[in-house]
Amino acid sequence: MSLYAMQKFLFALNRDVDVQRRYSEGGDTRAELLAAYDLNDEEREAIDQGDIGKLYVLGCNGQLLMHFAPLLGIAWADYLEAMREGVRKYGPVRAGIYAMTTGTDEKVAGV
Amino acid sequence: MSLVFAGVCSHAPGITGRAHLADPAVKDEFHAQFQRFGEAMRATRPDAVIVIAAEHFANFFMNNMPAYAIGMADSYEGPIEDPKWLGIEKTRVPGDAALSQRLIREVMQTVDVAYAEEWKFDHGIMVPLHFLTPKFDIKIIPVNINCQGPPLTPLHRAWAFGEALRRACDKAPERIALVGTGGISHWPATPDSGKVNAEWDAEFMNRWCANDREALLSPTDYNDEATYREAGQGGFEIRTFLSVAAAARGKGQILHMKAIPIFAVTCTVAVMSVE
Repeated sequence: MSLYAMQKFLFALNRDVDVQRRYSEGGDTRAELLAAYDLNDEEREAIDQGDIGKLYVLGCNGQLLMHFAPLLGIAWADYLEAMREGVRKYGPVRAGIYAMTTGTDEKVAGV
Repeated sequence: MSLVFAGVCSHAPGITGRAHLADPAVKDEFHAQFQRFGEAMRATRPDAVIVIAAEHFANFFMNNMPAYAIGMADSYEGPIEDPKWLGIEKTRVPGDAALSQRLIREVMQTVDVAYAEEWKFDHGIMVPLHFLTPKFDIKIIPVNINCQGPPLTPLHRAWAFGEALRRACDKAPERIALVGTGGISHWPATPDSGKVNAEWDAEFMNRWCANDREALLSPTDYNDEATYREAGQGGFEIRTFLSVAAAARGKGQILHMKAIPIFAVTCTVAVMSVE
């Protein structure tokens, strides 16, 4: 259920400018926003810290996660590297259909 | 009237959003063919364009995921993504609720389809429209096949959906263009981004161009496990190509099919005759 909740948060974030505003505001406003989702501590912390690598490893669908990066001001190359770094730090992707099939030292698209 | 044009194309967001990162000559060649595709479509003077896309949780989520959905509004908005990230400004796109309703009623005779009076276009529709209707001045009927959240509709149902769309178009007086978007093999939005399976792509498109129903619906070659293994999660989007082949009943011609890794896909544009 937690992976579902994480993805549901990203779905709302990608669609709703008010959710984007509340996330960007941080502090209590962000905490209150995240409290509405059934997240465990690891998931809430990953979202709160904008930890793309952890969210990727936890199994967030890439099409949902992909838009979190520009919202955080992360460029494309850095977004790909953040996912590789997540796999280095936390191990293989644990769920979902966006598992990594290349090595953490590979850059298929050159970035 | 009925279908006046049919084709398929890639829709990866990098095609517009990361155009500046590609080799200019390679990018220009692809964009030129994509524009040629748009010119060919507009030359058929369509009253409306049905875009069968595989959207990416812009409108539909796992709390209530339709296998098939058709938009039914007089206008839509997009892109849902950051315009700077996608390289396409936010705009309103004209629709045709009355035409949608007629199409949906006929499709429902054989395929259960959801309808949506609100629809935010994501890159699955906006990137193709950037080349197909760059002035956003032709009515669009958005269609979605769930290719993101398994369980996914079986391929033979995607074929039946294409047949239903064709039957519905045949009953409409309007001139209608049909474009499927997505695929073919790719591993988007992962560290694998840029990886493709060129051999798999070539074989699939051979079958698509021949409109070989049996080969395209092969339960051994294109079951979800085989497609995921050989063509990545992006390969699930072949469903949109199957629906177009079923609707058009003709033969395909490839205008462009070359991998551009920074765009994360084998950049494909192909037309199909309408028979």
